[in-house]
Amino acid sequence: MIDVRGVTKRFKDNVAVDDLNFEVPTGVVTGFLGPNGSGKSTTMRIIMGLDHADQGEAVINGTPYSKLAQPLREVGALLEAKAIHPGRTAFNHLWFLAQSNGIPRRRVHDVIELVGLDQVANRRVGKFSLGMGQRLGIAAALLGDPGTLLFDEPINGLDPEGILWVRNLLKGLASEGRTVFVSSHLMSEMALTADHLVVIGRGRLISTGSVGDFIATNAGQYVRVRTPRPDELEGLLEAQGAQIRREGDGSLSVSNLSAEQIGITSGNAGIFLYELSPQSASLEDAFMEMTRDSVEYHGHRLDGATATTNGK
Amino acid sequence: MAMNTSSATVWSSTLATTRPQRTSGLVRAEWTKMRTVRSTVWTLLAMAVITLGIAALAASTIASRWNTFSVVRRLTFDPTSMSLRGLLFSQLIIGVLGVLVMSAEYGTGTIRATLAAEPRRARVLIAKSAVFFVLAAVVGEVLAFGGFLIGQSLLTSPVPHATLTQPGVLRAVTGGGLVIAVLGLFALGLATIIRHSAGAITAYVGVLLVVPIILQTLPSSFSQPILKFMPFTISNAMTSVASQGSSAFSPWVGFAILVGYAIVSLAIGGWLLAKRDA
Ligand SMILES: Nc1ncnc2c1ncn2[C@@H]1O[C@H](COP(=O)(O)OP(=O)(O)OP(=O)(O)O)[C@@H](O)[C@H]1O
Ligand SMILES: [Mg+2]
Repeated sequence: MIDVRGVTKRFKDNVAVDDLNFEVPTGVVTGFLGPNGSGKSTTMRIIMGLDHADQGEAVINGTPYSKLAQPLREVGALLEAKAIHPGRTAFNHLWFLAQSNGIPRRRVHDVIELVGLDQVANRRVGKFSLGMGQRLGIAAALLGDPGTLLFDEPINGLDPEGILWVRNLLKGLASEGRTVFVSSHLMSEMALTADHLVVIGRGRLISTGSVGDFIATNAGQYVRVRTPRPDELEGLLEAQGAQIRREGDGSLSVSNLSAEQIGITSGNAGIFLYELSPQSASLEDAFMEMTRDSVEYHGHRLDGATATTNGK
Repeated sequence: MAMNTSSATVWSSTLATTRPQRTSGLVRAEWTKMRTVRSTVWTLLAMAVITLGIAALAASTIASRWNTFSVVRRLTFDPTSMSLRGLLFSQLIIGVLGVLVMSAEYGTGTIRATLAAEPRRARVLIAKSAVFFVLAAVVGEVLAFGGFLIGQSLLTSPVPHATLTQPGVLRAVTGGGLVIAVLGLFALGLATIIRHSAGAITAYVGVLLVVPIILQTLPSSFSQPILKFMPFTISNAMTSVASQGSSAFSPWVGFAILVGYAIVSLAIGGWLLAKRDA
């Protein structure tokens, strides 16, 4: 179990992680979700003892990382792919790590085989593709056969087959009773892989709980409505308890009211409808909705308008 | 797949547990890191070629010109010091290697794997310094003795040549090799402080060569007391058989000062390594 207790981390005047509290349970895959720059990698580096927290602490099974005598046997991590000397071979990279923690040479060969790099084990890492680098990073994480694993965006750079492989690997590791903590900014990927979620935005905890609960609360239904008289219709629907969001293209997203009820209301009022289509919000939408106010870097639409209203 | 209907599976590692490895595992890991990158091999090879080449070149030049030398020059000729002149280049190259051994960890991001494997950071620096010191000392001694033997063998009569049994000669040769190792450590310490190859190499070359050259352009009453502390002056006194008089510290006092530089740079580096984010 990983326990993050009140961790705060500042870089100059930028607060990257802000009084963050959460637990990562054992035996399931826990997804760590947040938009770009929300502090996922920083939190993972703090758990690994690489960055020092300004306040609070992170412990693994009750012990801070820096107090572990042979840490690779207890915690394995893939933090950045290719944070590896390009002139060293895959085997030698794993071999020096193994030596430092008293891990037998046999195990180096085993993990190389496990991640499917046996053909290139003696090639210099500088010649590796992004996906091969990612696999080598996973091999390094698994080297000490640890009970706790951290992966920072492990599917980056992997092809569909590789993504499926990682997904099954993570689930397999968790089912063996390990603690598996995986960051991603893709909610859809986490819905397939994770059992538990920790969602952060701007370094703060937004939500934590099981994926099932997250889907039940967030993947709501809504009806997309287009009409030449949106203001009038909006008032009428709201009177019936609907929640309405005005979209950028002028359409209305109506929730809490069925398509039938909307149709009857507009018919009675003599308001024409150009579109009346039930939609189901994807988890991705729910995630974006949830972190909307905490997104640090907003995209801009090509017509020059900001994509969301919360520009910095 | 067997269904496990009982509560949760409890993880236990399949790897045999060993006694927590103390220093030996760390030292072996650092040695593996050093020997498995090309830069180590190439740098040491370049060092050998240049140092031994200069010894041979200097000796044969002197042997062929001996007849043209003045009496004073013949009387003050120090064959030991002459054959160790190439060690100045060894000092430059070992500094580059000492810097790379540490800065490459930062440049490539390997430092995070290293510190995840051993979070007690001072131990990482001690293991790395120890391994590098032994490597640099072995190479330094091999080149000092090699340069000496090559140089002396090319000094044929009537040119006088030195033997290891003459007073001060063994000290000059052994000391020349040791100076290499200590300067290498000093460079490693600088790289731990600066963390960038180019910056650390610049600082090292600055201390080794640029500062002495600038000092020599200043009035000697001002520059002399400072020059005595420069590695350049100290290593010259070490590799010369004859005393350098008041312009330099005696060989072993100078050597102790060099060791002090290495310890200070490593201590500051170690403190920063522990304090900073990796
Ligand atoms: N070493 C550093 N120095 C200064 N600022 C940093 C440093 N590392 C991270 N930050 C800042 O801290 C914030 C959090 O960054 P972090 O990399 O943890 O986010 P993230 O959630 O991993 O993002 P991404 O999804 O893009 O990987 C960002 O504003 C980032 O600019
Ligand atoms: Mg990140």
